Amino acid sequence: MTTEVGSVSEVKKESDQLGADATKEKPKEVAENQQNQSSDPEEEKGSQPSPPADHKSSPRRRKREKDPSESRGISRFIPPWLKKQKSYTLVAAKDGGDKKEPAQAVVEEQVLDKEESLPEEERQAKGDAEETDQRKQQVTKVDAKEEEPSVTSPETQPAEEVRKEREEEKVKETQEDKSEEAAKRETKEVQTNELKAEKASQKAIKKTKTVQCKVTLLDGTEYSCDLEKRAKGQVLFDKVCEHLNLLEKDYFGLLFQESPEQKNWLDPAKEIKRQLRNLPWLFTFNVKFYPPDPSQLTEDITRYFLCLQLRQDIASGRLPCSFVTHALLGSYTLQAELGDYDVDEHASHDLSDFQFAPSQTKELEEKVVELHKTHRGLSPAQADSQFLENAKRLSMYGVDLHHAKDSEGVDIKLGVCANGLLIYKDRLRINRFAWPKILKISYKRSNFYIKVRPAELEQFESTIGFKLPNHRAAKRLWKVCVEHHTFYRLVSPEQPPKAKFLTLGSKFRYSGRTQAQTRQASTLIDRPAPHFERTSSKRVSRSLDGAPIGVVDQSLRKDFPGPAGEVSAYSRGVVSTALVQDGDGRRDIRSPTKAPHVQLLEGKKNSLRVEGDNIYVRHSNLMLEDLDKAQEDILKHQASISELKRNFMESTPEPRPNEWEKRRITPLSLQTQGRKGDHLFKDILSMKEKHQMAATWTVEEKAQEADKKRAPESEGPCTGASDAAKSSHETLNVVEEKNQAEVGKDERVITEDMNGKELSPGSGPGEIRKVEPLAQKDSTSLSSESSSSSESEEEDVGEYRPHHRVAEGTIKEEQEECEAELEEEASRAAKVVERQEAVPEASAGKQAGASVSAVDTVTQETVVAPKIPTEKSVHEGAIKQDMSEEAEDEQHKVNGEVSHVDIDVLPQIICCSEPPVIKTEMVTISDASQRTEISTKEVPIVQTETKTITYESPQIDGGAGGDSGTLLTAQTITAESVSTTTTTHITKTMKGGISETRIEKRIVITGDADIDHDQALAQAIREAREQHPDMSVTRVVVHKETELEEGEE
Amino acid sequence: MGTPGEGLGRCSHALIRGVPESLASGEGAGAGIPALDLAKAQREHGVLGGKLRQRLGLQLLELPPEESLPLGPLLGDTAVIQGDTALITRPWSPARRPEVDGVRKALQDLGLRIVEMGDENATLDGTDVLFTGREFFVGLSKWTNHRGAEIVADTFRDFAVSTVPVSSSSHLRGFCGMGGPRTVVAGSSEAAQKAVRAMAVLTDHPYASLTLPDDAAADCLFLRPGLPGVPPFLLHRGGGDLPNSQEALQKLSDVTLVPVSCSELEKAGAGLSSLCLVLSTRPHS
Repeated sequence: MTTEVGSVSEVKKESDQLGADATKEKPKEVAENQQNQSSDPEEEKGSQPSPPADHKSSPRRRKREKDPSESRGISRFIPPWLKKQKSYTLVAAKDGGDKKEPAQAVVEEQVLDKEESLPEEERQAKGDAEETDQRKQQVTKVDAKEEEPSVTSPETQPAEEVRKEREEEKVKETQEDKSEEAAKRETKEVQTNELKAEKASQKAIKKTKTVQCKVTLLDGTEYSCDLEKRAKGQVLFDKVCEHLNLLEKDYFGLLFQESPEQKNWLDPAKEIKRQLRNLPWLFTFNVKFYPPDPSQLTEDITRYFLCLQLRQDIASGRLPCSFVTHALLGSYTLQAELGDYDVDEHASHDLSDFQFAPSQTKELEEKVVELHKTHRGLSPAQADSQFLENAKRLSMYGVDLHHAKDSEGVDIKLGVCANGLLIYKDRLRINRFAWPKILKISYKRSNFYIKVRPAELEQFESTIGFKLPNHRAAKRLWKVCVEHHTFYRLVSPEQPPKAKFLTLGSKFRYSGRTQAQTRQASTLIDRPAPHFERTSSKRVSRSLDGAPIGVVDQSLRKDFPGPAGEVSAYSRGVVSTALVQDGDGRRDIRSPTKAPHVQLLEGKKNSLRVEGDNIYVRHSNLMLEDLDKAQEDILKHQASISELKRNFMESTPEPRPNEWEKRRITPLSLQTQGRKGDHLFKDILSMKEKHQMAATWTVEEKAQEADKKRAPESEGPCTGASDAAKSSHETLNVVEEKNQAEVGKDERVITEDMNGKELSPGSGPGEIRKVEPLAQKDSTSLSSESSSSSESEEEDVGEYRPHHRVAEGTIKEEQEECEAELEEEASRAAKVVERQEAVPEASAGKQAGASVSAVDTVTQETVVAPKIPTEKSVHEGAIKQDMSEEAEDEQHKVNGEVSHVDIDVLPQIICCSEPPVIKTEMVTISDASQRTEISTKEVPIVQTETKTITYESPQIDGGAGGDSGTLLTAQTITAESVSTTTTTHITKTMKGGISETRIEKRIVITGDADIDHDQALAQAIREAREQHPDMSVTRVVVHKETELEEGEE
Repeated sequence: MGTPGEGLGRCSHALIRGVPESLASGEGAGAGIPALDLAKAQREHGVLGGKLRQRLGLQLLELPPEESLPLGPLLGDTAVIQGDTALITRPWSPARRPEVDGVRKALQDLGLRIVEMGDENATLDGTDVLFTGREFFVGLSKWTNHRGAEIVADTFRDFAVSTVPVSSSSHLRGFCGMGGPRTVVAGSSEAAQKAVRAMAVLTDHPYASLTLPDDAAADCLFLRPGLPGVPPFLLHRGGGDLPNSQEALQKLSDVTLVPVSCSELEKAGAGLSSLCLVLSTRPHS
């Protein structure tokens, strides 16, 4: 990894100088930092010691190397993927790079930002304000962040970003001077955007090493630019989009050629270098998600690029067409590029320059010309639109084909499209799995699995396996599925403002916007139609066509209604609209939209339990909405046919629960309000921080307060939240292992941000608890909280448990994936022991208490004890592996639910008795063989063992009963210490006239095998009791994940 | 290409082929055809042609009967037509393969692009193909094999072509058809319902389904010979045939129902989809 070396040096520089350079790279990381707080510092530190490995293993290293107090605790606790994810989402957190700052400081800062009550905050705030002003002036259009390209910037720029930036900046500031920060910002800006930024960027470049990237554009021209070695994919993508003057960029992506047969999508949230490994920095700009209805695109320029892509697809044969269609599409191409048919002019044109079909005949050309004559009067844009209207109906439009074999070894193709997964044999479609039917998607080694709903008359779900050529192909397919599902399905069309949920794998979580989001964002585009030249790729070189787009200088662009001015307008619009558009996954965190994603993710956490490597699970319930719509449409069309059965093609896989749909929908709405709630929380948080280590139970009070505050707004939202949570469960299963884990992390983080409270129920008493600041503050929404809370509730119900277990298993596999990608995620084994202690009295109180208007408090505590990996000398290549090895420690999660009945009245009842205990144990050992394969791929393999033990008392159900009630409020608080991460979900529900408060704590303990888990667990329980004397522990779940010792690569 | 679904049933011409005496004389016995009343069969055929021409206003082309081809009237098995393209099939029964020649010639004369099957391993009966306006379903019946279906997919590349296992001793079109651009009509037999469920899984497009008591009643033709705005027709079995299904068909209210009787021809395995080929000479207009 030659690049790595360079990067290392860069890293060092950065760390030394603290200069803008470092910040540039770190913005993304910053986000991570906020979540993980310490991760960045770790990176630097880690990087220095093991320069080569830095890039890949940086997260892990960070964890390891960092001071236990700062980075370690948080970072470790947070799974590496989470970090990654965070980075995606947090993209905004450009500055976050303040590596050196202690996490705590960061947290505080964040809080301050929001509240601005604290002196520190004021400082920071001032600085922020200044910075923000500067930014606005300089780069109103562009996000200061490198990650966000200018193009994106308009979209993302919303105030939220600013806030995030501020936060980040603050963090930086604490470490560095404001001026420095500004410089950093500038650099970032420069990269992303404009001339202004350029200066700054140059500065930055001086300090950091750059790599030249070449991107082949859709018109055949090549765009080249210099990138920092450690730049993430988004940086490049944004630059390309800016170059193209493309705002609706969510449909596009960058491909790199992994092998002659295989192309991979560049993950915008990850460092390019890591993805490329030793491949040359060559990319092609392509359409990634084909809009099912191109007419809904806002800008002609977007349609133009789509046309270019489709022309390529047609010419290459990827998009099969009949002769007639070839001719028709070709004729529209001519109309768009040459204008009206002109006998004289066209006679001079050699149509063989155009490729209308894979094999072009004279007959075809004649037909093209014949049809071209009929298009007289169509403008280029109209011709493009017609082109698309016809192309979109082709059956293979937007279908991404993957070669595979079925269970019998027969060659088939798997087609991933907007609606689901298609199975082809030869050219024939032999099966189809609509997204709603797919419950889970996973891959293991070179096998790809889908778990589908039982058919109409069947009772059992079935899992269908396919054999891919190799592991990477399976993974690629899996990723594509996850992305497509997320992009196309996870939206609630009816709620335009916040439409979607992200559900993605950890490493691949789809970080971008969903289709609904991007559509929403598109509506805010407010710029004059950008001027662009239409040139076919083949004819680019011709002078006829004028300057090809690719060739156009930025300076030239200025003349055009370029991104800059327009962008600003755009961004404004975005802000005003409430950020729905923040769509870019990374930024999402900041944006409200993200919140929904978060929710989903959280839900996923709960649902996570997979044995497989990578799993993407989802419940079809999500899809049901769409199905219903379809039905509606049908109804409309066939209103006349009153009695027709509509079950035919729309056949909803199962009896679709309207409830679910509703729930699903509600969460979105909640999000908005979630913001409000967030603010409230922030206030509270500040309070909390002041008190900082107030007992948990204080926290509870606060939570209650928060609830109260929310209450006015909340009713709708709250209920929605609860609903959402439920829905999330079911729906959200989508998460890959990684995803889930990440999600969980994210949630935690978010909650922390929200609440700012630090609860350290953790095992490590003396340890410093860090609250991870999240860039996501804004995003943190009630919904997220609610979802978490809901999770707990549902768990009680018992539905969740299985999921949880599975999820953990999933996590392991995810890790593998991560490894594959060289992510720094430490493989960890988690031991989850669930113990439910039923408090007889408490339970009685609950049940009986129902009649009495009392407040029931249920406290669930989950203690997860991750091991602290010892640092290993890592070889660049090996780093990952090392990471995994080291990382795999045991995590103990103890979920203790303490149910208090009548807090007011009977604090004493709290005593935790562990009477009726139902013990279940599930042990899953991941397959070692897989790893072998992975190893060959240079993927660090970590074997992990997962144990989940649940102790429950029958009475637990009392808690479950809460489900029936109305969710009043939900709150999630996360606190971290060196070795523990505690997430507290506080849920208030209304049942009848009784309100019940349930507190669920999830404590993640990370550490070496040395950790006495039992002790940690005991401590956690003890603390929980102490903190909530008036509540009882009803359930303890311990999930232990242990890494199996294996020779690693 | 037109608007998917909207192009369904578009037609300007109908092609039929006269009933030879051999159909009733026992020549068809080789093909397992029971004895039937030739006069009645010919009468039914005549009425069908009349409806196509007068009721629907189509240009009717009638190929002369050939005694050597007792099943010649079932020319729906000999070609699959969509838009300007006609795929000349390779019927499963070797005895029927000569039937395609006359049809090919006629379609060629009408200006259609003719596509041949070519593959010796492929068998395809045209009535195993259901075109919904948006996609094709090819029934894998005793007459049609995978290779045959694959050629359908190769021929009509603009459309998804899905295969549907047919469990009964019938062609796919023998128990299902289109009652409208978004409506699938199917019989109530187990095989029919099974096929419909399979289709529901395979499609990207939502269709409504109408279930009729009789499988044969689902073998109907949705035709739009007229100008836009004129309600389309549904040519269906009726006039004394399949009385149990008539009421259900009334539910298809946006079409003009045109009942036709062919109970005698049915004995030879004929259905409306096999007794005529409809096409438009200007499919893209």
